[in-house]
Amino acid sequence: MTDEPTASAWFQDVTPGDADAARDAIDDGGTTDPADWPARAVASGFAADEATYYDRLHEATVTATRAAVRERERADDQQLIHCIRAMDDAERTANELAERVAEWAGALFDDADTGVAGARSVAERDAETAAERRAVSLAERVVDLADEADDLRAYIERAAPAVAPNLCRMAGPVLAARLIALAGGLDTLAKKPSGTVQVLGAEDALFAHLSGRAPSPKHGVIYTHDYVRNTRPADRGSAARALAGKLTIAARIDHYAGDIRPSVHEELDERIATIRARADQ
Amino acid sequence: MTLPEGVSRRRVDDRERLATRGEPVYGEPTDGPWRLWDAGRSKLGAMLELGLDTGLTGGEGVLYLGAASGTTVSHVADFAGPTYAVEFAPRPARDLVDVAASRPNLFPLLKDARRPETYAHVVESNLDVLIQDVATRGQARVAARNRRFLAPDGRLLAAIKARSEDVTREPAAVFEDVLATLRDRYEILATARLDRYHDDHLAVVARPLAE
Repeated sequence: MTDEPTASAWFQDVTPGDADAARDAIDDGGTTDPADWPARAVASGFAADEATYYDRLHEATVTATRAAVRERERADDQQLIHCIRAMDDAERTANELAERVAEWAGALFDDADTGVAGARSVAERDAETAAERRAVSLAERVVDLADEADDLRAYIERAAPAVAPNLCRMAGPVLAARLIALAGGLDTLAKKPSGTVQVLGAEDALFAHLSGRAPSPKHGVIYTHDYVRNTRPADRGSAARALAGKLTIAARIDHYAGDIRPSVHEELDERIATIRARADQ
Repeated sequence: MTLPEGVSRRRVDDRERLATRGEPVYGEPTDGPWRLWDAGRSKLGAMLELGLDTGLTGGEGVLYLGAASGTTVSHVADFAGPTYAVEFAPRPARDLVDVAASRPNLFPLLKDARRPETYAHVVESNLDVLIQDVATRGQARVAARNRRFLAPDGRLLAAIKARSEDVTREPAAVFEDVLATLRDRYEILATARLDRYHDDHLAVVARPLAE
């Protein structure tokens, strides 16, 4: 027993009746060893007696689990697809409008910077003329869009691991969501051969190759993965092939089983280490 | 073998069948306050129907792993005391929450039974019974990891599904392996094949070994 007998109990920082706090504690809390929580709840004053404790536990678990179920059911692969596309749209549009803001602000102010960062500083200016008011307002729209893209990215990072735990662990949540979006869903991604996964996102290059106009593409969006990008160019084809093979397996585990399989991640790490070791020979 | 208090055999449609008292949840037939407990839909029901000595007497504290939609755990909550129900998949857990809402002693949790440290801050220690019906590989490991919730004289009631461990091997061989792993942490008291009600399932009654 520790000095703080209730330190890890779900009710430790929960005021009776505070459903949100109870939900967070039940969802995100944890401890190694269980204890006689009902007795401790009475001792700590959370409940007057054990019957009251069980009433509060019932209310808290039903509410928390209902909310957790709703969130998990909504966080499915189709939601992720909407999200990653919306994030890309918001980012692209923010950059595009930022260019316009830079053009305009450059004419109005002396020290206007370019890009979204430039738009952020324009948005904070005090406009003095009618034209400046329009330019500053447009800059504010850019900031809002860029912030929305950040929020969408944060949501993807939170939601994607529930949809595809192994894929996310291997590729990171954003690349995982991109692969799912390019395939049209986790189920369709799980059914694709690894050669297809390797060139997802490089469709133009692939069709140029198929019509005899170009060499076969070595990689599609998986290029953004550290294992491809930070492998020397001569070995990138091998790295992309190895990565795509394991990503395919990860997608299949996520779709058909859903548990984390450390072995597939370890195998990829070893394979990439072998490929990169060629550079030292 | 006697049935736990709160479980009864009722004669319905000219057949003796198990029943508990509680609010019906899945359209099961009722007989007055009693609702029938279909052994074909419940591994624990099948264990009782087959006369396995589960040690259940009624009123005990229970941790139920793999509660699914709550079919079986609703009957357990009808005769047991505090009943913690763990289910990992959101869709069945949605139904489980509805079942639990009308049963004050049933506590639903959306958690992974392979990771007891994610619910040990909610589930109390010294429980009388650990019921396990999880369709995952490594069922013996799940039982071992959740032993921490059991009282020294508590009981593990597990329904081991052969196909979850290995779809290609002979169930008998799979069961032998699972029992061998279980023996690291438990003393096996009884086993029985549930095939009459559930194909390729082995019921196991066990007691935790002293640490």
